[in-house]
Amino acid sequence: MELLTRTEKWNITYRHALGETASWFFTQIRDNQQIYGRRDTKSGRVLVPPRPFSDETLEPTSEWVPVGPEGTIECFTIVYAAFNNLPDPPYAFGYVLLKGADTAIGGYFRGVDLKDGAKAAKQLAIGTKVMTKFAENRTGDVSDFWFEIQA
Amino acid sequence: MTIPRIGIIGIGQSAFKARRPDVNYPELVREAVTLALNDCKMELDEIEAVVYSLAPDALLGITNAERLGVDAVGARNKRFMRINTGGSTGISALAAGHSHIAAGACDVALVAGADKVGECGDSQTILNKIWDPIYERPLPLGTITMLAMSAVRYMHKYGMTEEDMARIVVKNRLHASKNPNAHLRSPTTIEEVMASRMISWPIKLFDACPQSSGGCAMVLASEKYIKDRGLDAVWITGVGHCSESYYIGDRMGNGYTADHADAKALAEACQRSYRMAGISDPTKQIDIAEMYSPFSNTEFHAIEAAGLAKLGESPRMLREGHFQLGGHIPVNPSGGVLCTNAIAVTAMVRVAEVALQVWGRAGEHQVKGARRGIASGNGGDHQFFGTMVVEA
Repeated sequence: MELLTRTEKWNITYRHALGETASWFFTQIRDNQQIYGRRDTKSGRVLVPPRPFSDETLEPTSEWVPVGPEGTIECFTIVYAAFNNLPDPPYAFGYVLLKGADTAIGGYFRGVDLKDGAKAAKQLAIGTKVMTKFAENRTGDVSDFWFEIQA
Repeated sequence: MTIPRIGIIGIGQSAFKARRPDVNYPELVREAVTLALNDCKMELDEIEAVVYSLAPDALLGITNAERLGVDAVGARNKRFMRINTGGSTGISALAAGHSHIAAGACDVALVAGADKVGECGDSQTILNKIWDPIYERPLPLGTITMLAMSAVRYMHKYGMTEEDMARIVVKNRLHASKNPNAHLRSPTTIEEVMASRMISWPIKLFDACPQSSGGCAMVLASEKYIKDRGLDAVWITGVGHCSESYYIGDRMGNGYTADHADAKALAEACQRSYRMAGISDPTKQIDIAEMYSPFSNTEFHAIEAAGLAKLGESPRMLREGHFQLGGHIPVNPSGGVLCTNAIAVTAMVRVAEVALQVWGRAGEHQVKGARRGIASGNGGDHQFFGTMVVEA
């Protein structure tokens, strides 16, 4: 027998509040090209991206600490498949431990030739030194900064 | 305190496929329920409580679809709840069913669900939405990229190669070829896996699970109910759950407690199940494992979390044949999540498969003499690890 289907599309809009901590963090990136972390008073660890409380000690964080712009790659991936509503491949992103930070922040890696995955993966190996770069036009978002391998 | 034993008396699984255009969603749930009830020769009227296994709504495209499924599981006038812990939903639903009976709220509970992932054209869009919209979602994180980064760290830490990952695929596909309910059933080779297209380095198409449609249902009952009626059963003797903290970036850097390469909270969830089941040395006391691993690389850290290999040693032990059918402790003899992933019930299928094994009813993929096994489910980004020990 003929089996029928029915197509549906969802298009839903949200306006998420960032809260005081993330708002201040992104304002500093937008206005001063500076990334900050929050210090966990109890352990002394600097959490980047900043949070108002520590996931480890569960205590409130107490102090803003400037970090970077130098950093070290902690992990990465390079995406070669196209997915609906996600960026066009190929692109590389991952996590970087910025100078002065104790946790890693996610961001794109730019300036690496991604044609050959194995070759690109070697260039992005864990431990590779990177530098934070900032967009000319910044809006207060993750896309305001990215990482490039240090020459 | 004596921990009451809860038995599994009925199991129903669909033959999982890419699509099921012959049934709509509640009809697919009903298919699994009917199979489970036939398995234990019971009627829906005899079920006292229903726990509904349903992962993120958007994957199915129906918000709170458990409402739509209420008739399919016969829950009218009964205790009824829906459980969602992402990928581990099925094992969490079973834990809720177990708790209903252990608490004395009822003697017989049905745990059931289904998924039609193949009907969603945008599953990676939805899985990107499980991340924090402020810091992480724009990257864009997804389940594949999250676990590709786990692979990168595991490679760096322990020397795993892409060929090691491919060897997991070859093993599981061979296992799935013996399991009539598995979705991807054609055997493959290391060369084929290596030649499949790159998705998110180092995960290739063959290193990744399929999008499956199908249902699973299980009937649980109290020991008294089972003994009074002289029913055949296998027993859930261990239940464990454990969560890791939220941010991936906290599992690396300086002074972290869990490494994103490993699955520390899964190890704790396994230990909780083992302690409850009185298991002190899983390498001697576990005969079979069904460990939730949607990508080839994650099976390694799952095997290690289950205590079946020391950290970093599972790739070598796989090469030596420890984890294949006929090996020391077969892992994923069903073919595992890598060959079948109907997200809402995938972690329930892990428990169902261990139950069938220790029952001696697994058919062609039966592990000879299996008496005790462990099953696991992973949900979110390491927030929802669940485990169960099942024994004959």
